[in-house]
Amino acid sequence: MDRHIEAPFSDEIAKELKSGDYVYITGTIYTARDAAHKRMYEALKQGEELPFDLKNNLIYYMGPSPERAGRPIGSAGPTTASRMDKYTPALLDLGLRGMIGKGKRTDEVKEAIVRNCAVYFAAVGGAGALLSKSIISSEVIAYDDLGTEAVRKLLVKDFPVIVVIDAKGNNLYETATEAYREEL
Amino acid sequence: MRVVNVENLIRNVKEMCIEANHFLTDDMNQALKRAADAEKSPLGKKILCQLQDNLDIAAKDQIPICQDTGMAVLFVEIGQDVHVEGGLITDAVNEGVRQGYREGYLRKSVVGDPIIRNNTGDNTPAVIHYDIVSGDRIKITIAPKGFGSENMSRIFMLKPADGIEGVKDSILTAVKDAGPNACPPMVIGVGIGGTFEKCALLSKLALTRPVGEHSPIPYVSDMERELLEKINKTGIGPGGLGGSTTALAVNINTYPTHIAGLPVAVNICCHVNRHCVRIL
Repeated sequence: MDRHIEAPFSDEIAKELKSGDYVYITGTIYTARDAAHKRMYEALKQGEELPFDLKNNLIYYMGPSPERAGRPIGSAGPTTASRMDKYTPALLDLGLRGMIGKGKRTDEVKEAIVRNCAVYFAAVGGAGALLSKSIISSEVIAYDDLGTEAVRKLLVKDFPVIVVIDAKGNNLYETATEAYREEL
Repeated sequence: MRVVNVENLIRNVKEMCIEANHFLTDDMNQALKRAADAEKSPLGKKILCQLQDNLDIAAKDQIPICQDTGMAVLFVEIGQDVHVEGGLITDAVNEGVRQGYREGYLRKSVVGDPIIRNNTGDNTPAVIHYDIVSGDRIKITIAPKGFGSENMSRIFMLKPADGIEGVKDSILTAVKDAGPNACPPMVIGVGIGGTFEKCALLSKLALTRPVGEHSPIPYVSDMERELLEKINKTGIGPGGLGGSTTALAVNINTYPTHIAGLPVAVNICCHVNRHCVRIL
């Protein structure tokens, strides 16, 4: 089912999203990938503040290509989520509402998603030019020295994603693959 | 002896970096179009159509097809009768990459040390494979490689007794394990034979072969077709979200090997299988 939602969003909205739903997100989301996750994780261990409030927010696993003059961002598709698996449960337990990426997650992440009423969305991998058209503005808010891996605050409009793991733990990667698998 | 100046090399490598990251070759465009027509899953079809829109936007608005504009991998074939003047060939190639990634607004994705991990800031060094060939030309193939799919690539050191069935099983295992992580529909490059590093190189080179072109060796060609069919029955589908298009091609290269071994390398590429060739 197609849905339009605003980000950030509450657990009530998260509960309504079902694995397989096609969702258009409008609002504010934050980017972080490998190096930014490592830093945020270390900041938490030191008892320091994170670059943004996790509560109800979404993290987009993405490191863009440089923007040309007059454009908000360059190519901006998702990166592989599994590299962030080590850090994700701790962020979910602190109120992160969901992640946008691509690819499989561990059972630990899935359990943390269910425990916290969160959502894992996939954006289409390798469609960075197309996805950049749904990003209205981009601002580096932390870890500027990480270049493409800095934390960015993005304003998005109708950013297209698909619910992969919903708050009940249903996983589209498993169910959809099974639905189209043919006997060898 | 024919003379080529390094400035010529630099300019061409620069242009090729930019071209490869904004335009796919015709065989890839056609393969994606055919896949969109044939895909059984409605969501899969939608994704394949989006990938075509993505290519149109990339070309028209000069936005890289994918934000992961890759580590620059180059195959450089140098004719024995060419003399390169003005500097070192490797320096020239890296300068071309440096200029191409800067002027083309391409992402700098290379860290200078695998453990310390500081970004080099200009996407160098490139990974360059040289070959000495006959003639007085230099053939350059550039294939920027993204790491979503590179990370899912595998090497299997099989035993001779594992035979062709062992090879097929290894390839299917690698593809199934890759699943949604490798941004399907994928192109599968396979190297069989040689040594540990030779089969890896064969598999990388196999990715530069046009989709739809098959090995001249009959049994290898048969295996390419059979594996493509089997891979497309795994159900993984576009984006890993279910469907009948998991791979666009399986390209296999072979090489003589040792009496005791059967190395198999599976280099997985996403649907953004970029390459660009020029002969100087």
